[in-house]
Amino acid sequence: MSINASGWKPTAPVKGENGVPTFTGNKALMLEEPLIFEIGSTETTGVDFAEGDVAGSRLGDLTRKAPIGLPGLSEQETVRHYTRLSRQNYAIDLGLFPLGSCTMKHNPRLNEKMARLPGFADVHPLQPVHTVQGALGVINELAVWLITLTGMYGVAMSPKAGAHGELCGILAIKAALEKRGEGHRKVVLVPESAHGTNPATAAFAGFAVEDIPATPDGRVDTAALKARLGPDVAAVMITNPNTCGLFERDLKEISDAVHAAGGYVYCDGANFNAIVGRVRPGDLGVDAMHINLHKTFSTPHGGGGPGSGPVVLSEALAPFGPLPFTARMADGHIQLIEEETAGDDHPDTFGRMVAFHGQMGMFTRALTYILSHGADGLKQVAEDAVLNANYVLRSLEDVLDAPFAGAGPCMHEAIFSDKGFAAGFSTIDAAKALIDEGFHPMTMYFPLVVHGAMLVEPTETESRAALDQFIGALRSVAERAKAGDPSLKTAPHFAPRARLDETLAARKPVLTWKPPVAPQAEAAE
Amino acid sequence: MRYLPLTSTDRTDMLSVIGASSIDDLFVDVPEAARLDGPIRDLPMHASEMAVERHMTALARQNMVAGEVPFFLGAGAYRHHVPASVDHLIQRGEFLTAYTPYQPEIAQGTLQMLFEFQTQVARLLGTDVANASMYDGSTACWEAIGMARRITRRGKAILSGGLHPHYVSVAKTMAKYTGDVLDTALPVLDAETDIDALIAKIDGDTSCVVVQYPDILGRIADLTPLADACHASKALLIAVVTEPVALGAIRAPGEMDADIVVGEGQSLGVGLQFGGPYVGLFGCKEKYVRQMPGRLCGETVDANGQRGFVLTLSTREQHIRREKATSNICTNSGLCALAFSIHMTLLGEAGLRRLAAINHAGACRAADRLAKVPGVTVVNDTFFNEFTLDLGREARPIVRDLADRGVLAGVSLGRLYPGEDALANGLVVAVTETTTQDDVEALATALQEALA
Repeated sequence: MSINASGWKPTAPVKGENGVPTFTGNKALMLEEPLIFEIGSTETTGVDFAEGDVAGSRLGDLTRKAPIGLPGLSEQETVRHYTRLSRQNYAIDLGLFPLGSCTMKHNPRLNEKMARLPGFADVHPLQPVHTVQGALGVINELAVWLITLTGMYGVAMSPKAGAHGELCGILAIKAALEKRGEGHRKVVLVPESAHGTNPATAAFAGFAVEDIPATPDGRVDTAALKARLGPDVAAVMITNPNTCGLFERDLKEISDAVHAAGGYVYCDGANFNAIVGRVRPGDLGVDAMHINLHKTFSTPHGGGGPGSGPVVLSEALAPFGPLPFTARMADGHIQLIEEETAGDDHPDTFGRMVAFHGQMGMFTRALTYILSHGADGLKQVAEDAVLNANYVLRSLEDVLDAPFAGAGPCMHEAIFSDKGFAAGFSTIDAAKALIDEGFHPMTMYFPLVVHGAMLVEPTETESRAALDQFIGALRSVAERAKAGDPSLKTAPHFAPRARLDETLAARKPVLTWKPPVAPQAEAAE
Repeated sequence: MRYLPLTSTDRTDMLSVIGASSIDDLFVDVPEAARLDGPIRDLPMHASEMAVERHMTALARQNMVAGEVPFFLGAGAYRHHVPASVDHLIQRGEFLTAYTPYQPEIAQGTLQMLFEFQTQVARLLGTDVANASMYDGSTACWEAIGMARRITRRGKAILSGGLHPHYVSVAKTMAKYTGDVLDTALPVLDAETDIDALIAKIDGDTSCVVVQYPDILGRIADLTPLADACHASKALLIAVVTEPVALGAIRAPGEMDADIVVGEGQSLGVGLQFGGPYVGLFGCKEKYVRQMPGRLCGETVDANGQRGFVLTLSTREQHIRREKATSNICTNSGLCALAFSIHMTLLGEAGLRRLAAINHAGACRAADRLAKVPGVTVVNDTFFNEFTLDLGREARPIVRDLADRGVLAGVSLGRLYPGEDALANGLVVAVTETTTQDDVEALATALQEALA
């Protein structure tokens, strides 16, 4: 598609959905938008600066001479560009977002307002500690909630995301083993249904990873796990509730066995929202667990991040956690324990894993959400999340294969498979057809232990009416997939784009924009 | 409980559809001993929007706000003016509340933005490619060291004394577990960078040399000789940029042949936020792209031949490769990357260069003024918007003293390097477009009084 000098594209009328052409490629309120590199110029700027002489003199010989190639837009063009782009996105503000294991719940706007208070947003991480007592107070107050809700001994607040928290937990385990003189324990056991980050994390920290199989009812094979325990096992990484949406009934029994064998229990707490206020992981013998603040305590996903992954630690592991952390002193002021202040009181910390104190903006949002719900509301959160998921499971199990429906209630997410679809039809066709129904699809092909998995997590912030509409849509899609409706193979039909060629993108990666080659230059080559 | 839409009638009806007599029936798999009855004691119950706002506002008031006082802190986090439209646009629900773009047909907004971000970052850093962002600069730096290990199959990384000490700490923490050997140094106050010393350390075991640009004391050096020395020994040069605005005024590390350039993108669009969330920038030469950690967005076409964007090269990632993945990262800093990208789009090349020039000029004026304070010496010969003062006595208590006088004076090297006597007198001072002449005068006066 050619691009003319002013950035208009395309340059000839294109066909619309039902054959009606438009010159611009736009469809009334749905507006196509070129890249900033096609519409901006290096002379344009949307920011005014003070007048005056700005000759520099201390740059050595390093003054930049070559152009950078950064286009600018005026303020209005910028607002239009990003507003138009935003309209090509599905988001929780538009409708139900049933991505299992990802937990897309409503983002209260009070959280956003509080995170933007200058007292939190406009303070520097290296200000003298006595000038940031309120910011440290937020961290400390949130830490108290996390410790209390999980029944644990301490918490490391600084990990920047769930997977970073996993690394934190595994590093604390490694440090504890080394302190005991048992650095030879090199094996981490990971059940089949674990998040892919779990084995990647263990391998990153230098451990050998061994899989533990699942039982037919979607849980860890406890007998197989116990049989594998021994003097070479450092830890078990287990997800509870697990990625099949089921509660690991034997976790306490597993923890006791792992501890008796000299190992530690890491719990992937990505699904803590299903049990918050009803179960304390500390009571189940967990030594370390990360909490995805964005999932359980609603901070916005922002198209993928930022996340935040505080890690709660048992008494055995707490001394090994990372710097920095906060401590409230006898006189009420909050001390920041970092390299200088750790001193002789905290000799076992494994060190710093991020430049500053972690995701303050996420802490503020999470604490705001927690205070809004309170201890009673958080319990209701877990109950409604589980109620909604079981309602979806029971309402669809007559039309969709539900591999674990007979294995007891699900927790916060319901799992289905593509078994029973017509030949040639699979999970991806159902997912893309849901897009045409106005829903974001569920998680596809995960967990790996279920063939053609569809993992649905409605969350607690969906009303019954929203659930019924979603159930109706998925029911209709399932019936069409069973009947082999060919229109499913070409879905979505009403999205901003038809199915995208992901193979082409991986085979010939185009990761940055490059100016189009002029036809005459192309011919000369 | 204003965010929970189910009524008690809904709950009763839904339980009957499920075939359960009470909510407890749905938690039967939880062992009895682990079940909690009633809300957890010692924690408060739910509160109204107004009550929560009052509580949080009271906490916010206990902080000294950067924008309300003369403010000179940098050292890896910088205070810049963020145009109003940046925060307005990132709060659009379709950006704010979208998830990772796993379904590209209905996530083109996020994906096109990431593609534009990658291009902006690559051009700014002077690299062939860039990824869709990392957690922050310090973790991006660590990931770059791991990437160099995979590429060179060597495990000794040389870290410049000018590298931010927290970045060094992060690398040390991680190296304890991955087995990398780190050769580290401290900055030297009276030397103008340690490039020659770094070159002398490179040998056949070296995987990479990591150098910050401008460095922790604010100094800038030509990286070309270092890049040549690295490449002569088949090692990689990793450059770390904690102040991306600098690249509007000085040459990009990629232009000086750095193999991997990582950075902290907080300066543009994101704000101080007491240390996070920030946005890690990560660029490299094209030939190393398959060893790069993090998410990547790529261009492709849809079934109708229209241009579109998808997440790509996921065969490097944890959800496919599990224990063989290039890293365990499974997110990026999407919203912060968006803020960075919008701010960069508003600036454009002309605006970025002008912003950089204003920062540099302000810093030059401030350095000249502060040098006139009795007992104060400006350490740097070169700098962009940040430089180091030698106060002739321990800087840490002076910083506390100045805070009590209502001036946030800068970052003392004593805070960054506790116990290092040779650095205790150093104060790192940052000046940006938000710093006024009056602010500089206030700092000079307060400093003079405190040192008297």
